[in-house]
Amino acid sequence: MVDTQTPEVPGYPFQRDLRCPLAPSPTAREVRERAPLSRVRLWNGSTPWLITRHADQRALLTDERVSDDDRYPGFPYVNEHRADIAGKTPRMITNTDAPEHTRLRRTVNAPFVVKRIEAMRPAIQKIVDGLIDEMLAGPNPADLLTAFALAVPSLVIADLLGVPYDDHEFFQVNSSKALDGALSAAEAGAASRALGEYLGKLLRVKMDEPDGAVLSEMGERVKNGEMTFEEASNMGVAMLIAGHETTATMISLGTLALLQHPEQLAELRESEDPKFIANAAEELLRYLTIVQTGVRRVAKADIEYNGTLIREGEGMVFELHAANWDPEAFPEPDRLDLHRSARTHQAFGYGPHQCLGQSLARLELQVVYGTLYRRIPTLRLAAPIEQLAFDHTGTTYGVRCLPVAW
Amino acid sequence: MRVELDEPKCVASGQCVMAAPDVFDQNEDDGVAFLLTEEVAEDQLDSVREAVAICPAAAIRLLAS
Ligand code: HEM
Ligand code: SF4
Repeated sequence: MVDTQTPEVPGYPFQRDLRCPLAPSPTAREVRERAPLSRVRLWNGSTPWLITRHADQRALLTDERVSDDDRYPGFPYVNEHRADIAGKTPRMITNTDAPEHTRLRRTVNAPFVVKRIEAMRPAIQKIVDGLIDEMLAGPNPADLLTAFALAVPSLVIADLLGVPYDDHEFFQVNSSKALDGALSAAEAGAASRALGEYLGKLLRVKMDEPDGAVLSEMGERVKNGEMTFEEASNMGVAMLIAGHETTATMISLGTLALLQHPEQLAELRESEDPKFIANAAEELLRYLTIVQTGVRRVAKADIEYNGTLIREGEGMVFELHAANWDPEAFPEPDRLDLHRSARTHQAFGYGPHQCLGQSLARLELQVVYGTLYRRIPTLRLAAPIEQLAFDHTGTTYGVRCLPVAW
Repeated sequence: MRVELDEPKCVASGQCVMAAPDVFDQNEDDGVAFLLTEEVAEDQLDSVREAVAICPAAAIRLLAS
């Protein structure tokens, strides 16, 4: 008998509607409206659960039976590469559960303590102003991504880690290369290895001559046995990788979204209210929800959830954009509204693995959104939006090049 | 109203400190949150409710005293 009632299991990640490049896929909405829990098909044919509603994600991402351990059979890997390396990678905050996760994460939290991050505001303001000066002195039109957006997080993380000023250029050039989709895999790989080696060496230097920045602080923890040398240098690289493209994308796509909403951009440009600017950053994080491959987990035990049985060993994918466009949580979710209260968005995930660098990312975005448009009030797109190339395959969505003029 | 913090669950996101800096603070060494006061004054209620809503670890509870 042919089952005409059950809709076909859709492939995941979903395809966006190319006419609405800033909106989530229409499939995400259909699936969310149809049922709280449903199935999707991944690259390897497996059919894990998909969780799309805001409230369900909050409940399940804080459930102790929901695991981030990628060695567990049934884990819904993002791609073949991730499946291959699972079990071969060292235990880190990104692949462990409590209590191990709690212990590991407590060794790396110190630099991200809110008050310490807030103290970086003047330094970040200086970096952002300096980059805007350089961009204004350079060619017009320019690619906002390479001329500005990628450089902000790279210089900020250099500062945070304690990369000496003379090495900033090496650090920035290589970290941009490592992420440059236009380069060959070999070139990008070479840049990323060069960075790893560089950070390893720098960690040794800082263990002998501490300077109070994050690498020397992790060096101290290595010396007193709290973490291994490998853990510390891996963490340095992880901070760079996890925080670079994500933050850069929020700068470029955020600017694109604002240019599509000129009245709201004008209001932001004229505002001197730090609360409004911070709120605008939250709303852009919600609206754009750039992590597009879903948060991946596996059930470590049977979970009875609102009448549905999630069996032990079944994969779970949390579709963040669907939850951030769930009208139960955010009325009229498809409207960008810099005044709405968006603070409960899940663009940084939810639960114990919620983004380690979120306070830093927020601060960078607040400084950028509060400065860029004020300093360049005539900023505009230098190509029609239909001609922009978007990245539909990476972990984070993004635009490959954002031509702007002023 | 009274606020309760389940410290072992805290993942040191600092969200509570951002929402209600008069009620929460973080250890410098591991980022774990601690309470500056258990009693929540009337004018702090909204910010503590926000902290409850955004705590990623569901580690904060607001109780009738
Ligand atoms: C706007 C920028 C950013 C976005 C949208 C973002 C998004 C995310 C998301 C969704 C997760 C959760 C993954 C999961 O639950 O499996 C995450 C985790 C993480 N993020 Fe970010 N992130 C951003 C910036 C940063 C920055 C600046 C850093 C570091 C300097 C960073 C470091 C990390 C780390 C280390 C984790 C893993 C935490 C854990 O598993 O315990 N991120 N991020
Ligand atoms: S918001 Fe929750 S997890 Fe974050 S520091 Fe406060 S209590 Fe800890």
